Amino acid sequence: MVYKNILKKTFSYSLLIIGAVTMVLPFAWMISTSLKSYSSVFIFNVNEINWIPNPIYWKNYIDVWKVVPFARFYFNSLLVCITVTLAQVATSALAAYSFSRLRFPGREKVFFSYLATMMIPGSVTMIPVFVLMRMFGWIDSYKALIIPAAFSAYGTFMLRQFFMTIPRDLEDAAKIDGCNYWSIFCKVILPLSKTALATLTVFVALGNWVSFMWPLLVTNSLEKRTLPVGLAYFQEMYQYAQPDWGLLMAGSLITMIPIIVMFIFGQKFFVEGIKLTGLK
Amino acid sequence: MLKSSTKEAVAGYLFLLPNLLGFLVFTLVPVALSLALSLVNWDMLSAPKFVGLANFFSLLGFHSENGSLIPNDPLFWKCVGNTLFLMIIIPIEMMVALLLALAMNQKIKGIKLFRILYFLPTITNGVAICLLWAWLYNYDFGLLNGIIIKLGGFLNISFKGIPWLTSTTWSKPSLMIMGLWIAMGGYNMILFVAALQGVPRELYEAAEIDGADPWHKFWSVTWPMISPTTFFIAIMAVIGGFQGGFMQAYVMTGGGPERSTTTLEYLIYNHLYSWQHVGYAASIAWFVFVIVFIITLFNWRFGGRLVQYNHY
Repeated sequence: MVYKNILKKTFSYSLLIIGAVTMVLPFAWMISTSLKSYSSVFIFNVNEINWIPNPIYWKNYIDVWKVVPFARFYFNSLLVCITVTLAQVATSALAAYSFSRLRFPGREKVFFSYLATMMIPGSVTMIPVFVLMRMFGWIDSYKALIIPAAFSAYGTFMLRQFFMTIPRDLEDAAKIDGCNYWSIFCKVILPLSKTALATLTVFVALGNWVSFMWPLLVTNSLEKRTLPVGLAYFQEMYQYAQPDWGLLMAGSLITMIPIIVMFIFGQKFFVEGIKLTGLK
Repeated sequence: MLKSSTKEAVAGYLFLLPNLLGFLVFTLVPVALSLALSLVNWDMLSAPKFVGLANFFSLLGFHSENGSLIPNDPLFWKCVGNTLFLMIIIPIEMMVALLLALAMNQKIKGIKLFRILYFLPTITNGVAICLLWAWLYNYDFGLLNGIIIKLGGFLNISFKGIPWLTSTTWSKPSLMIMGLWIAMGGYNMILFVAALQGVPRELYEAAEIDGADPWHKFWSVTWPMISPTTFFIAIMAVIGGFQGGFMQAYVMTGGGPERSTTTLEYLIYNHLYSWQHVGYAASIAWFVFVIVFIITLFNWRFGGRLVQYNHY
C-alpha cells in the first residue's frame, strides 16, 4: 500500500513537473529574447542556442516606451478596464438584486430573455453594435470602448444565482427596522456577497484586459488603442522586415505584469469563479 | 401611500433599469438588427439594398459547372473546413487537462505554484501569446527550428527547419500545438479538479474492497462520475471552436498561407472590416449562431441522459 502510494506520488510529480516545464520554457525564451539586442537575437541559430543573454541588454525595456506610445496604450487599457469592471459589476449587482428579490410584472420574461441571449455568439451582436457606434459617431472614442462593455447578461445571471442563496430572514429583520430596498441592498445583500462580487470583478477585469477584437474594430488612432491592439500594431510596423523580436518580447512581457500580479492575489476568486461556471 | 406591492414593483424596475437599458441597446436590439442586416447588401457608405435571402443563397448554395457541383462561395466552405479541422485538437486538450487534474488532485507540495504556472497562458493577453509563438515558430531564427537543427547535428543528419507558419501543411498543426499549450492547464484542468473532488470517497473505498486496481477504479468510478464535467467541457470547447481563431489569424498568419488558417470568425472580420460587406458578415455570423444553437439544444436534450448526473 505504501509502496503503491509512493509510485503514484512519483508519477504525479513527474507529470506535473513535465507540464510545468512545458509551460515555462516558451516564457523563459520570451524573457531571454527580451534581454537581447537586435543583432544578437539573430545569431544563435548558427552555433548556439543562447538562453542567457551575454551581455544582458536592458535597453529594450526603455526603448519600447519610445518606439510606440506604449505608456498611452497602458493608460488606455487601465482606464477602460477599471471603468468597464466597475460599471459592469455595479449594473449586474443592481439587476441581480431586482431579479432575485423584487417581484414585478414581467420579471420572468425579462430574465428569460437575458438567459436566452447568453449563448448568442459575440459576432452576431458585434456587427450591429459596430454599425451603431459609427452612427453615434463614437468610433475612436473611449465611449465605444467602455459603454457597450459595461453591461453583461452573464454577470447578472451569476450574481442573481448567488443572491438567491442568501437567507431572506436577514432582509426581513432589516425591513422591520425600517430599511428601504436601497439600504437593504447596500447593507445586507452587498456585504454578504463579497466573494461573489470579487469573483465577478476578477473575471470581468481579466476578460476586458485581454479583449482584442472589439477595441481593434472601434479604434483607429494610436491615441485610443489599448495594450493588446497596440501590441499587434507594434508588430505590424515591421511588415516587410524581420521584427525586432527583443523589443516585441519586452513589450509583451510588460503587458503581462499587472494581470499576473492580480492573478496571484485573486487566485482563490478566480478558481471559485471557474467552478461556478461549470456547475449546473 | 402606495401599496407595498406597487412599491416593490417600482423598486424592481428602478434597480433593473440601468442594466436593462444596456441590454436592450447593446444586445437585444442588435440581435434583431443583425438579422435585418443579413438580408441586405451594404458597404456602410451608400444606402443598404434589400436582397432577401440572397446572402444565404450565395453562402450555402451550390451551382453546377461542367456537371459537378461547385459551392457559390468556396472561401466560406474552406473556412468552415479550417474551423472544423482546428477542433481536432480538442479531445487531446481534454485528455491532457484530465491527466494534469488527476495529478493535481492529491496532496501536492507547491500546488499554488503549479497552478500559477499552468494558468500563465490563460491569463496572458492573447496577442502576447501569439507574438511569442510566432517568434518560436520563426523559420530562420525561431527556437523550435533551432532545436530541430541542433538535434540533426547530434544525429549527424542535416534536418531542415520546419516552415511552421508559412506552409499550408504545417500552418494548422502549428496553431493546434499552440492551442494545446494554452488550453491544457487552463480552465479545463480546474473544472476537472473540481469534478474529481466531488467524487465521493466511499465509492473508491467500495471499489478497493472489491479489489479494483487503479486502472479499474478510474474507468468504473472516476470516469462515469466526472462525465457531466467532461461533457460540459467538450460542449463549451466546440462552441468556442466555432468562434475561435481570430487572434491567431490576425496576429500570426494573416489567415494564410493560402487562407489555410482563416476561420469563420476571421472571415466575418474580413467581410465586415476589410471588404465592407456588412450584410454578408452578418449572414455568416447567423450561420455560426444556428450551429451553436443546435449544439446547445443537443446539450439540453442529451446532456442529462448520456452522462450520469446522480451525484449532484
